[in-house]
Amino acid sequence: MLTQILRLALLTLSLLLPTQMVRAQDAAVDIPAQVTALGEASLRELGTIITTLASTGDPAVVPVLTALGEGNLYLDETSGAVVIQRGSAITDPLTGEAVDLGADADLSRIRVNNGLRRDISAALSGMTLMSDNPSTRLSAARGFLSKPDAANLPLLDEAIAAETEANVRSVMQAARAVTILTSEDASIEDKLAAVPQIVSGAGRNAITILTGALASAPDEVKPTIQSAISGLEQGRAVWGALQNVWFGVSLGSVLLLAAIGLAITFGVMGIINMAHGEMVMLGAYTTFLVQLVIRQNFPGLLDYSLLIALPVAFLVTGAIGVGIERGIIRWLYGRPLETLLATWGLSLILQQTVRSIFGPTNQMVIAPTWMSGSTDFFGLAITYNRFWIVIFALIVFFMLLLILNRTPLGLQMRAVTQNRRMASAMGIRTPFVDAMTFGLGSGIAGLAGVALTQIDNISPNLGQNYIIDSFMVVVFGGVGNLWGTFVGALTLGVANKFLEPYAGAVLGKILILVLIILFIQRRPRGLFALKGRAIEQ
Amino acid sequence: MLTQALFRALDKKAVWVIGIFLAVAVLVPIANLLVPPGQFGHVPTYLVSLLGKYLSYAILALALDLVWGYGGILSLGHSAFFALGGYAMGMYLMRQIGTRGVYGNPTLPDFMVFLNWKELPWYWLGFDNFWFAMAMVVVVPGLLAFIFGFFAFRSRVTGVYLSIITQAMTFALLLAFFRNDMGFGGNNGLTDFKDILGAPVQAQTTRVILFAATAIALALSVLVCSMIVNSKLGKVMVAVRDAESRTRFIGYRVEYAKLFAFTVSAIMAGIAGALYVPQVGIINPGEFEPGNSIEVVIWTAVGGRGTLVGPIIGAIVVNLGKSWFTSALPEFWLFALGALFIFVTLFLPKGIVGLWKQIFGANRKKAEEPSSPTPAQSADIERGEDPSTFDNVHPRPAE
Repeated sequence: MLTQILRLALLTLSLLLPTQMVRAQDAAVDIPAQVTALGEASLRELGTIITTLASTGDPAVVPVLTALGEGNLYLDETSGAVVIQRGSAITDPLTGEAVDLGADADLSRIRVNNGLRRDISAALSGMTLMSDNPSTRLSAARGFLSKPDAANLPLLDEAIAAETEANVRSVMQAARAVTILTSEDASIEDKLAAVPQIVSGAGRNAITILTGALASAPDEVKPTIQSAISGLEQGRAVWGALQNVWFGVSLGSVLLLAAIGLAITFGVMGIINMAHGEMVMLGAYTTFLVQLVIRQNFPGLLDYSLLIALPVAFLVTGAIGVGIERGIIRWLYGRPLETLLATWGLSLILQQTVRSIFGPTNQMVIAPTWMSGSTDFFGLAITYNRFWIVIFALIVFFMLLLILNRTPLGLQMRAVTQNRRMASAMGIRTPFVDAMTFGLGSGIAGLAGVALTQIDNISPNLGQNYIIDSFMVVVFGGVGNLWGTFVGALTLGVANKFLEPYAGAVLGKILILVLIILFIQRRPRGLFALKGRAIEQ
Repeated sequence: MLTQALFRALDKKAVWVIGIFLAVAVLVPIANLLVPPGQFGHVPTYLVSLLGKYLSYAILALALDLVWGYGGILSLGHSAFFALGGYAMGMYLMRQIGTRGVYGNPTLPDFMVFLNWKELPWYWLGFDNFWFAMAMVVVVPGLLAFIFGFFAFRSRVTGVYLSIITQAMTFALLLAFFRNDMGFGGNNGLTDFKDILGAPVQAQTTRVILFAATAIALALSVLVCSMIVNSKLGKVMVAVRDAESRTRFIGYRVEYAKLFAFTVSAIMAGIAGALYVPQVGIINPGEFEPGNSIEVVIWTAVGGRGTLVGPIIGAIVVNLGKSWFTSALPEFWLFALGALFIFVTLFLPKGIVGLWKQIFGANRKKAEEPSSPTPAQSADIERGEDPSTFDNVHPRPAE
């Protein structure tokens, strides 16, 4: 956040400063007068005017000189105005606005010779390469990268010497290196030295540039170029893989959020909660309602509506969960397959209720400003909403781990799970613990719903899209083990994203399902099976 | 031996059920074809097709009862077998369209022409032959169930885990059949059928014959299931359901009994699908929906599992309710279905048949014999929060 603001501030500063300096120079050189003078000037006078114009360093001069070099700059003999004509469009050379010269206009081209053209192009490259704006210099240097010409070497040398920004200089050096590599009279040593400079400075184009240079390079240099190319390709593969890992982690964190509540109700309590997806959906709708209330009553808090929705969604879905446990589930302990049916029925009712109240259409939750946009992290494109969801999933996971392992309630939960009778004999109120455990699992599903509003449509069917995946994660990871769920979610997420490029999204998902089915054959109790007698059924 | 098995299968209940459906197979066509419209007793053709649809659902529910009610395997993937059977039938019907399709291509179905396919994929070959297609109706779901069950039961994947991986199976098939490249019509599925065995599918007589075929198939299914559950193998299946480990330790090959039941059940589901498709006129990937499989479970549960008659009653009653609700109170159908799920699991663990027995059978049973617990009973005792019941989920160490 902070670095971003700083960077933004720097950028605005750097954009503002040069124009002010240019304004100051305007007083010294009357640019419009000089441009008008171009019309009547002799060839020798043209040379002086070009130098004068170039010396201003004003970006507005660039189109004038470009047009002059291309032969598109015209003098209207009637009014004496100098204009640019491209096709039928006639524009003012300095402002770029369209000019209406009237019917009696008499345009004649301002002629230049080859000597002047060379002066113009040198002046232009110099101007952009020496510009006060780093981004202009950067794009100029990139231009040199793609059009290497030995004649520009002195210019580049001068620019490199004057350059203050490290990243711009490295591109300039790469441009210089490309020029050397492609020129015919540079020495072998220089060419060898040029290769690493291209690698470090040319960025994503390095492979194309080097491949292009490979054919014409002398035999001594070829192996160096070759190894540089293969090195770059490996690097690109690694970055591609990293990007995939990130996408996978992102998907995995969504799966983790959706599945972790289920890991409690299904894993710890042995209840197949098919209404789990609907708890997620209710969490999402709670977020929607919270935002609605905030937008109408406290617009200033809109950016924090998600944060406010978190505890609200947790409490709402948690309370509904406790209600479900007390009303339905507690009659069905020990009959896991029947909990499946009852909770499935419940999920139908919840879906239809929400559909009746909010309608079947998708609802919108506005993303807070700090969650929109994306950043470029060493070449990895990372969107902020995905980033925050990953962080959020981790927080929820570790909080849950903490609750289960470090609180009295967690201790009681584990005791009841492991040996209900003994726990009861020790004075633990098992019905209370059951209700709390189910409420906790449902509340976490609600939290997942808050997060999912940022990446998915809020519709009554929201939960349906996640329920099967969530069960896969829990079963794959191993029932009754939170770490299993963690590893399972991330593994499935990453595996999915790695299969996608080869198999396509749908086929990739099918493959994952088949792999899970096969995996269950090998390890019927999941990745992290509980060891010992507890597993003997 | 077969006659012996037949004799054992035909207990009083089975004879009644088979008799009823054979009678239905004769009477409904008569009521449709011979009784003139408007007169009392006439069954309109749309109703014949609707009833035929219910009866094919009843076969599906019966198939599930065989594995769930008797084998203790709660399959959440039976709609996959149903849909596969349906697709096999649909492929035959597609090939019968011939040049009458929109594009008039003699071999390629419309959607393939639309997708610019040049020739029939290999797995469509032979489906222009009715008997080959019928063989596939049996072979494809049966083979899938056999392979799936072989690995699952051998690895001792049981209970909840099995339910979830069967659900994953049908979900994977759902995604696969949605793909256009699969060559099964993608999203739209197979539809616009014209002929079956040369007779137009829409014609009244064809519909009536399809209905009769479904009723007879249902009667045969009851016979087969009755034979199985009354055989020694059927007893082993029940033993597996009630105490799998114990049965294994006694020396039975538990996985073979389960595999047999699962495969037979899948074949029955496939046949049900094949009878369903020509009567509703379409098959699409929606039939693979995991939700459909769960709905089949509720039909079985409503009727009463482990009874063979129950699932048939359940399928017909629930679907009648669905037809009525979706036309009269469309908003409330999901409420009603959801409430039914909860109500039945909480208050009617033995379903309608169980309720019937409770009300009308109690006196007779007392008079006849000291009650031997029916198979379903041991699992059906209301347990609530009785701590001892948790031993099923998290067993204690051996004492």
